[in-house]
Amino acid sequence: MDFELTAEQRLILETVRRFVHEEIVPLEADLDPDASELPPHHRERLVAMTKELGFYGLDIPEEYGGPGIDLVTRTLMAFEMAQHRAGLYAPCYGVFGGAGLAQLYEADDDQKERYLHPVLRGEKRGFFALTEPSGGSDPARAIRTTAVRDGDDWIVDGEKTFISGADKADFGIVFARTDPELGRKGITCFLVDTDMPGFRVRRIIHTLRSTHYAAELEFNRVRVPGRNVLGEVNQGFAIANDRLSRNRIPYAAGCIGVALKAQEMAIAYAKARKTFGDYLSTRQAVQWMIVDNEIDLRTGRALTLEAAARADAGKPFRTEAAICKLVASEGASRVVDRSMQIHGGYGMTKDLPLERWYRELRIRRVGEGPNEIQRLIVARDVIGGSFH
Amino acid sequence: MTGVRLGKPWRDLDDAGIAALPGQLGVFQIGDAEGVVLELGFAGGRSRFGLRSAIAETAAKHERAARFRYEVTMQYWSRFEELLAVYLADHGELPVGNADRGDRRIGRIAAPGR
Ligand SMILES: Cc1cc2nc3c(=O)[nH]c(=O)nc-3n(C[C@H](O)[C@H](O)[C@H](O)COP(=O)(O)OP(=O)(O)OC[C@H]3O[C@@H](n4cnc5c(N)ncnc54)[C@H](O)[C@@H]3O)c2cc1C
Repeated sequence: MDFELTAEQRLILETVRRFVHEEIVPLEADLDPDASELPPHHRERLVAMTKELGFYGLDIPEEYGGPGIDLVTRTLMAFEMAQHRAGLYAPCYGVFGGAGLAQLYEADDDQKERYLHPVLRGEKRGFFALTEPSGGSDPARAIRTTAVRDGDDWIVDGEKTFISGADKADFGIVFARTDPELGRKGITCFLVDTDMPGFRVRRIIHTLRSTHYAAELEFNRVRVPGRNVLGEVNQGFAIANDRLSRNRIPYAAGCIGVALKAQEMAIAYAKARKTFGDYLSTRQAVQWMIVDNEIDLRTGRALTLEAAARADAGKPFRTEAAICKLVASEGASRVVDRSMQIHGGYGMTKDLPLERWYRELRIRRVGEGPNEIQRLIVARDVIGGSFH
Repeated sequence: MTGVRLGKPWRDLDDAGIAALPGQLGVFQIGDAEGVVLELGFAGGRSRFGLRSAIAETAAKHERAARFRYEVTMQYWSRFEELLAVYLADHGELPVGNADRGDRRIGRIAAPGR
């Protein structure tokens, strides 16, 4: 596959790279090393800049006012946007704007008015609640939260766990079992407002990722109006599948982005640090780590761009999206690990971003569909049949 | 699983107490003599001596500061956010030292029992 950049792509990438170097990285010198938010005045200033550049709301589809950037260019931008300390989970601290939850684009007009548009305007925040204490990889079987019809409403009862951003959200997309006989075809998706009586955030779940944390939720006879059913009753899993596969591509690109920076740091350090009378970069053991990094980076980068190119060309890309997600998350974890090794003790400190990337990349192998599940998707696509 | 509230015993805020503090990262509360929380804080990755310097610096901002309590944790951000949210749920307002949060949202956590 030919990935010769067009003149326009080159210009865009140069602009984004400069933005990260000149606007984002200097601010990080004063922020806590685990921070994921900018002080409000900086945020406002930088949002104004990305709007001026025409890059705000990158992931918003064109028909909703987004800039209409193709996925290959978006992927190339994601490689750049992640190249700073908070870059994995908060690329450029969100100053390029968000797209909202993929499922909201499948909402009806009334729901779009109440949820999607306020999210795009930055007035409302949502969460996505699929995982339960009984499991997240196989939600079709694991979901125990129920929704029972009561007149025009539904009564939702149950628990969710590991739900990112739920404590600060205005509403959530919540999957509940509406027909216990139908398995996968008995799940419905609901829009639940966090001020509906019976909804409760029980506690925060502390993980390796200290910001953008997740929470444990309780639904105690929450009355949800029928007009808040998202999509069709019992078709909760049918909505937004394409968009979810699509999301895996920039997700993979973020992993590659921080790993590219880690490799750059490792090379610079190896060329500057002397032991036993010579530079680390002259030692074969260190050179091989850098070579292995390069192989992981090029593999992940190529596979991610391939998935993006297929999606742009309107070809099926589910297999490619699954492969790039798992190759990028695993490869990037190895790259950061080796780069820490080359940095010795400094690699372990909060003075450098490597330790944060190391922790957060570990989550990338479980988030957005664990890598074992990506392998199941690929197996199903290449071997055929269904897997249990 | 730790309780959602900071349940550690209060300690007197004096030089010996501060000097004995660990240099690790974590979260803390500064209280007055009656145990009213004046400020919730964290010792993050940029603190010079972890909890020891962060507690001393925060206490110095409050004339009424008389006690402190802390918890060592590497997840100081999420724990700090959790403590703010639970404090707000329990008291209806934030401690005086945390009142100015700009437009940053405080999470809503309805933790059981006090
Ligand atoms: C920080 C964080 C944030 C999160 N945010 C959200 C969120 O916002 N919303 C949400 O809904 N969920 C969220 N999750 C949950 C995440 O999606 C789940 O953790 C994930 O889907 C796995 O589910 P589980 O933890 O229940 O593991 P399980 O489903 O119990 O699986 C355990 C392990 O077994 C593996 N496994 C499962 N089946 C097979 C098989 N057939 N063959 C081989 N291996 C298998 C899995 O890959 C996994 O590694 C978050 C998780 C974390 C850590």
